Amino acid sequence: MKYVRQLSVIFSISLIAELMEYLIPLPVAASVYGLVLMLAGLITKIIPLEQVEGAADFLVEIMPVLFIPPTVSIMTSFEVLSQLLVPVTVISVVSTVLVMAVTGRVAQGIMKKTGNKGVERETAEKVTKEQKKSRK
Amino acid sequence: MGAIREALTQSVFFGVVISLLCYQIGVLVRKKTKLAIANPLLLSVIIIIAVLLLLGIDYDSYYNGAKYIQYFLTPATVSLAVPLYRQLAYIRKYPAAVFGGIASGVLTAMGSIFLMGLAFGLTHEQYVSLLPKSITTAIGIGISEKMGGMVNVTIIAISITGILGNIVAEGVCKVFHIQESVAKGLAIGTAAHALGTTKAMELGEVEGAMSSLSIVVAGILTVITVSVFAGFL
Repeated sequence: MKYVRQLSVIFSISLIAELMEYLIPLPVAASVYGLVLMLAGLITKIIPLEQVEGAADFLVEIMPVLFIPPTVSIMTSFEVLSQLLVPVTVISVVSTVLVMAVTGRVAQGIMKKTGNKGVERETAEKVTKEQKKSRK
Repeated sequence: MGAIREALTQSVFFGVVISLLCYQIGVLVRKKTKLAIANPLLLSVIIIIAVLLLLGIDYDSYYNGAKYIQYFLTPATVSLAVPLYRQLAYIRKYPAAVFGGIASGVLTAMGSIFLMGLAFGLTHEQYVSLLPKSITTAIGIGISEKMGGMVNVTIIAISITGILGNIVAEGVCKVFHIQESVAKGLAIGTAAHALGTTKAMELGEVEGAMSSLSIVVAGILTVITVSVFAGFL
């Protein structure tokens, strides 16, 4: 019954999210509404972590598999894609390196300014401990 | 061949079974070779397309069954809130670095795509297909669809980005003197979503946690700002 309950919470949020996508005239996909709703629920403890986590961890784990069908659809548009191969590749390479460099430098700069270096191991240990505890 | 094709496509389980089997082959190859380019998703997609072309099965017949896998994509994306919730301790500890770093990365991503899109003379449709290329496929597909982009192109760009980010992560951090674990994780996750995160996890626990946190935060920040950038071209 545990998984039935967990899945019913996750799918209910998915249902509400799709209704929101239908009703709210913003270019936001249902999955994003759902993600924000779920996070808000967890933070406010309206949804206790143990009421979703087993099924949620399973769904997150199998996520790469869920992308297989939409990715295979590239076989229907080889022609369009081959025309765009050069710009897509150049844009992907340049922007990936740029984003990585900028994000890292900005984050590091902010950390140096606020002076909270070196304490990150403690937080990592705390998070791992909590995760282990909650998985039991 | 015709008889095999006929028989296989009768069942909706064909699309599901071939997807699951090929993914496991991909995972196996990844384990044996330990190469970043040997990404299970990429490998399984290549194998499936090869098999479908070989047997003369069209995408619709495959998708007839495979759509039941894709059906779980929204609930799975909703579930991303659970790992994010577990990492909230990091946001509380480094709120400025987390949001400042990721926000600057998200703006850099879309700004650079706009400038290069302009240089390449991309159409609006092509441009919005590329805008969500640094974020996780789950959110990126939705953005591309909503903005009127070509989802296929978005998926390709997201895959190239992820695989590339995975490969260059260590080098970029070294060249740009990014030494803090927190900064490294944020950089990798913001630039190269889940595929980059597998690299960040190899670098360390803090890197991995910050990187997976960045996937979701960068995804949400992109959703909020993409409409502005979409209007540029």
